[in-house]
Amino acid sequence: MAQNIRLMQGNEAIAEGALLAGCNFMAGYPITPSSEVIEILSSRLVRIGGVCIQMEDEIAALGAVLGASLAGAKALTASSGPGISLKQEHIGYASMCEIPCVIINVMRGGPSTGLPTLPAQSDIMQARWGTHGDHAIIAITPSSVNESFYETIRAFNLALKYRTPVMILTDEIIGHMREKVVIPEKKDVEIIDTALPDIPPEEYKPYNFKSGKVTPLAPMGEGYRYHVTGLIHSETGFPSQKIDIIQDAQKWLYDKIYKNIKDIEKFEEFLTGDAEILVVAYGSTSRSARQAISMAREDGIKAGMFRPITIWPFPDEQVSRLAKRAKKILVPEMNMGQVILEVERNACGSYVRGLNVVNGEPITPDMIYASIKEISSL
Amino acid sequence: MNSRTEFRFAGSGGQGLILAGIILADAAISYENKNAVQTQSYGPEARGGSSKSEVIISDENIEYPKATRVDYMVALTQESFSKYAGDVKDDGVIIVDSELVSDHSKAKGKLYSLDLVKSAREGLGKLLGLNIIALGVLVELSGIVSHDSIEKALLKRVPKGFEDYNKKALEIGFELAGKIKK
Repeated sequence: MAQNIRLMQGNEAIAEGALLAGCNFMAGYPITPSSEVIEILSSRLVRIGGVCIQMEDEIAALGAVLGASLAGAKALTASSGPGISLKQEHIGYASMCEIPCVIINVMRGGPSTGLPTLPAQSDIMQARWGTHGDHAIIAITPSSVNESFYETIRAFNLALKYRTPVMILTDEIIGHMREKVVIPEKKDVEIIDTALPDIPPEEYKPYNFKSGKVTPLAPMGEGYRYHVTGLIHSETGFPSQKIDIIQDAQKWLYDKIYKNIKDIEKFEEFLTGDAEILVVAYGSTSRSARQAISMAREDGIKAGMFRPITIWPFPDEQVSRLAKRAKKILVPEMNMGQVILEVERNACGSYVRGLNVVNGEPITPDMIYASIKEISSL
Repeated sequence: MNSRTEFRFAGSGGQGLILAGIILADAAISYENKNAVQTQSYGPEARGGSSKSEVIISDENIEYPKATRVDYMVALTQESFSKYAGDVKDDGVIIVDSELVSDHSKAKGKLYSLDLVKSAREGLGKLLGLNIIALGVLVELSGIVSHDSIEKALLKRVPKGFEDYNKKALEIGFELAGKIKK
């Protein structure tokens, strides 16, 4: 059978991926360059019995998503920098109450209103540390329209599996560009669905973190009654001030993500086998990096790329493994230097240089090639 | 990377240049089994300002999605011509409208000044469809996709009742390009 190929916009691919994953609820507030996500879902969801609400603001939008998720919906919100700033309070609530949700951030230049129609990668650290308090997060940085489609499906799976907010970080380039998407049959895609706990309601502990396993979140209305609060809580969901419970509860939010990093991490290596110069690039910038590496290889420079697809939790082990061999590392980013901080922590003494472009234009292959040339002669 | 061909539609918001780019990209991937990437850049305003729509077409994977060495460009405003002509290749082609672009001092490659607006006025009766005329010109000049493919991709996106109007616009573009190809 012929493959089902479609020309699709990045934001459209996110909407289509969400639908394939079984998303049946979206609440949002339109903002460039993410608006197409809510525009498309507003017409598509109602036709399949789902719900799409334009809320009064971005805070309320994530609030609605969390409510829907507690009731068993697969829920999503989409925004860009200014809206994501507003959502931080509820991201913390989702993290603390372990409510699955998918949050799309189509990054644009900032801070504040910044550059509404121009790309940036300057919300990487915000995704990790935007909300207060110790918490973990999963964040994914697709680099193409096709990947936006498939990674949105994976985001829904991870959100449910680990009961956590999952962020997709694209940017204005990926969000608005159109390219080929190979649409799969639903049966060929792994989809994790909402499930009832396998124990009766009277034995159900919604935050059973002492078990070391993520307890499924019982959808409200199914007879499983439990308490949900942003206060530190015990396994029952009720607030606790006992120091051993506090310690365990806080640690759990980290452990459930970091102890499962092998399941969550995803990355790509391009010509890293013999690479003496390692380029660490993600999202749209990785496309320029790949082209630059091919140019450098033609000159006989042994360059390669490590591309995190899951950017949080950061793939420390992978970067340090490659850094030991490479000796020189280049980190091109459309920000003042965010992922480079993580790379430096894992550089094992290798030389690390950033290439930082913050003028609203993408980093070109020529610019990365020039940097590779320069550090190759050091 | 040799098969990479870069197209740029430059003008102002509202001229339908993004749509022209989408149609070209769709023709390439849906009917010619090629790879294509379409991008755009515009300011915060909904109408006016300089905007551009770019399409890269290749038989291979396309990495960097924006145009850097433009093979074919069409410009429908003076401002966008002056702003975006700089990275056209030395052997590239720029098409400008004879009424809308008069200052050619920023020209690169081969520049042709064609009667796009005049042809729209005379052939279609109005300027709606100027983007499709421009599309027809670039398709004919480059030979990147067949007439049949571009027409199929165009008709997918045309509202009912306007099929013939748009086919006519495309034909006008082919003819205008045919004259300079000789």
